[in-house]
Amino acid sequence: MNRLAYIGFTIAAVFILAAVFAPLIAPYDVTAQNLAIRYGAPSLQHWFGTDSLGRDVFSRVVYGARISLEVGIVVVAISSVIGISIGSLAGYYGGLIDRVLNGYVFNVFLAFPGLLLAIALVAFLGAGLGKLMLALCIIGWVGYARVMRGQVLKVREYDFVQAARALGAGDLRIIVTHILPNAIQPLIVQASLGMAGVVISEASLSFLGLGIPPPAPSWGTMIEESRSFDIMVNSPHVLLFPGLAIALTVLSFNFIGDGLREYLDPKQRKR
Amino acid sequence: MLLVIWTVVTLVTLLIELVPGSPATTILGETATREQIENFNKKHGLDRPAFFFSIGGENGFTWNGVDNRYVDYWVGLMHGDLGTSFRTDRPVIDMILERYPKTIELALASMIIAVGIAIPLGVLAGTHKNTITDNLASFVALLGISLPTFVIGPTLVFIFAVKLGWFSPTGSANPEDIVLPAITLGAALSAIITRMVRSSVIEELGEDYVRTARAKGLSERTVIYKHVLKNGLIPVVTILGLQLGVLLAGAIITEKIFSWQGLGLLLLDDGIGKRDYRLVQGCVLVISVTYILANSLTDLVYRRLDPRIRLS
Repeated sequence: MNRLAYIGFTIAAVFILAAVFAPLIAPYDVTAQNLAIRYGAPSLQHWFGTDSLGRDVFSRVVYGARISLEVGIVVVAISSVIGISIGSLAGYYGGLIDRVLNGYVFNVFLAFPGLLLAIALVAFLGAGLGKLMLALCIIGWVGYARVMRGQVLKVREYDFVQAARALGAGDLRIIVTHILPNAIQPLIVQASLGMAGVVISEASLSFLGLGIPPPAPSWGTMIEESRSFDIMVNSPHVLLFPGLAIALTVLSFNFIGDGLREYLDPKQRKR
Repeated sequence: MLLVIWTVVTLVTLLIELVPGSPATTILGETATREQIENFNKKHGLDRPAFFFSIGGENGFTWNGVDNRYVDYWVGLMHGDLGTSFRTDRPVIDMILERYPKTIELALASMIIAVGIAIPLGVLAGTHKNTITDNLASFVALLGISLPTFVIGPTLVFIFAVKLGWFSPTGSANPEDIVLPAITLGAALSAIITRMVRSSVIEELGEDYVRTARAKGLSERTVIYKHVLKNGLIPVVTILGLQLGVLLAGAIITEKIFSWQGLGLLLLDDGIGKRDYRLVQGCVLVISVTYILANSLTDLVYRRLDPRIRLS
């Protein structure tokens, strides 16, 4: 695996540890306000300074990792399981099922550009953590389904699958024990890149005020709260640290995804 | 494509049913009288059934016939009418047409900037494969993909508006105001294209015709820009077409950062912010349909561009 992937793993590990041990790491309560020290510059007491309400930015960034990664893991897990199941169905059975799923259902979900469907769903459903995750799953599963379908189409023709069928194995058994392990590699890459995508999406929706409502310390919300001209001039640290956290998290999962892709695809490794 | 458009319209039409409570009470507030609510519902056709049939209520399944809001919406669409805004009572289509040019302008500008940065960078990386130049270009590209617009945008504002004072931080009044939003919106696209150009240059450099061109004694510059790039750019054309829709949607965040008076800001501030569901429907519909059309058009152009695809 290339060097960037190892860097990615290291950064991701740091954020995961920060998320898991947030209560131990964060020195302050994330919602505790202290108006006397608004926009405090980074100091020994407040490593990343304080925000517009005097809250500790470091603690909020640490807890923000929890929100980002929680949303990321839940959404990637749910949408990949749904995508893999539906993609397998389309690829394995082919025929009418495939024509309906691949020719129609997938296209409908892909017809909404980027975040638009999630924005629309949250706009009508209302904001909140659960609804945000639901919206991201609704837009997320189809990517996995398409990749899985392509993989299954390829793997189902292999000899060992034919052999399993000749031995009388049922469809479910063939899909789960024979096809899935041999089709899963690109899905792992997809999940890693998907993780980066979900972290961006969550932060984007929160930034637009459609994600997790304040005072929860979502990185997107923190950026939204601190991007006014005055804050940028006088206390840019309020904007800098959550921005850096998002960038590093997303970069790390992209590094991992890219590295895995190269590692798993011998053709790319040579390049 | 028509089937997909039909489904998208249907989904968008029915989305309004997801609103918790009724649109009338969210718009008019809890203190609205019964009469006000009835008038509002009547004015916007909300007193009529939503779809051909309804399930639930006392009767279980009720058949409503064609006298329903879903048919109304379609009839309106056929007449170029997206309904009336819940808030301003203006036709939604007028509100959208006022703002759409600004968004298209922004999307095109960001595309030009993206291509302008990406092609030289991609060629540089591809021709210097596995050197420091390549690694650096690839890293910059990955950075462009990883940094969300709402991190890039405020950073650019901080550097070029706050510190250097070259541009105004927000607004869309002056011609130069487009520069920062266009870079922000185009950054990710530029990164994607850089990576594509890099890998197609590497791939094409291994082809026989490149050896022939070099054997003829052509300069490396001519080989790259006249031969390699010509073939290597075909996938870039596709991605540009496919990304146009993504740009239109991505513009929502960029427009918010820079208060760019486009469709995205209309959707966010006037639509979602003021719970003007009719306007939200209209905006989502227009953006999605543009996206579908752009994709189909790209497919068509792509087939014409590359004889190998046309023949197969």
